[in-house]
Amino acid sequence: MRHFFLFFLLILTLSLSAQEIPIIQKEDFKQWLEADNDTLYVLNFWATWCGPCVAELPAFEKIHERYADQKVKVILISTDFRRNLDTQVKRFVRRKKLQSQVMFINEPNPNDWINWIDPDWTGAIPATLIISKRNGHRFFIEKAMTFNQLEEKIRTFLP
Amino acid sequence: MHKLSILLFLVAGAFALSFQSAPDAGGYQIGDTAEDFNLPSVKGKNVSMASIKNAKGYVVIFTCNHCPYAKAYEQRIIELHKKYAPLGFSVLAISPNDPKIQPDDSFDKMKKLAKMKKYPFAYLFDETQDVAKAFGATRTPHVYVLDQNRVVRYIGALDDNSEDAAKVKEPYASQAIEALLAGKEVPVKETKAIGCSIKWKKS
Repeated sequence: MRHFFLFFLLILTLSLSAQEIPIIQKEDFKQWLEADNDTLYVLNFWATWCGPCVAELPAFEKIHERYADQKVKVILISTDFRRNLDTQVKRFVRRKKLQSQVMFINEPNPNDWINWIDPDWTGAIPATLIISKRNGHRFFIEKAMTFNQLEEKIRTFLP
Repeated sequence: MHKLSILLFLVAGAFALSFQSAPDAGGYQIGDTAEDFNLPSVKGKNVSMASIKNAKGYVVIFTCNHCPYAKAYEQRIIELHKKYAPLGFSVLAISPNDPKIQPDDSFDKMKKLAKMKKYPFAYLFDETQDVAKAFGATRTPHVYVLDQNRVVRYIGALDDNSEDAAKVKEPYASQAIEALLAGKEVPVKETKAIGCSIKWKKS
């Protein structure tokens, strides 16, 4: 009986814990920017304190839900302050039950990597890059997107 | 005689205008001459670059009340003004956001914050957002260092670490000001930084 109880607790804990939020550095962008596969990467740059970013997250979640099996990978990259990762960011992800992969970019000087995402990006968020290097697809926008705009763009890139 | 004067006047005017660098569709680039502005300050009077006495240059910073990045830089902006205003480079902080979209950025709230934090620099309200558009500002904070002739010599971040002032290695804006004061070339002319997008009025 005791073992069952402990086992039950374990399962409960696992099911309640939110996704892990990997901490990435700028070198990690290369795995998506230079990927030699058929996946269409949707990189969204956001922060918990950014109103328009939070407002457009449901659109990305819907894309993740609808297109995950069509080799579309949504990655929500938080640009919050490092000191808020374990508090604000994790709490936010848990509360909103975000299903898309959330990652945290840990680079103090964005000047080092902003141009890698797009040379015209001035640094304002939200910003989204949709890319598949192998298939020559690339779209960048320094603005919030609606679900329809996102889906329309993605569909033009799908085979 | 009249027609000749008018013609000469027009030719002279066209000649003079051809020396101005007009801003790009996307705002001022390095080397462009910024137009002066005339905006209401939280202290009740209007402020323009021309109204700054003994100016050797200008530090125009688009910033606002609500943005966490602006808040992270607030103290550094105060210190930048305190250090360089006596040397001729005053900070002119401009809030470009539409208070209908972001009520924390209303002119009233700007006055309150400036008073509470004892801002030593001019904190101006760009109600029409025309100045932000002319400069090509996209986020807060967004820094422009101009020389004595209002030529843009640096655009971008205040420094290389928004989160932690103690960890700053490259104080980009200070470096630009120091270079201009010494009559030298600005070492890093443009940088990029994450910031809150400017809250443009909905048309």
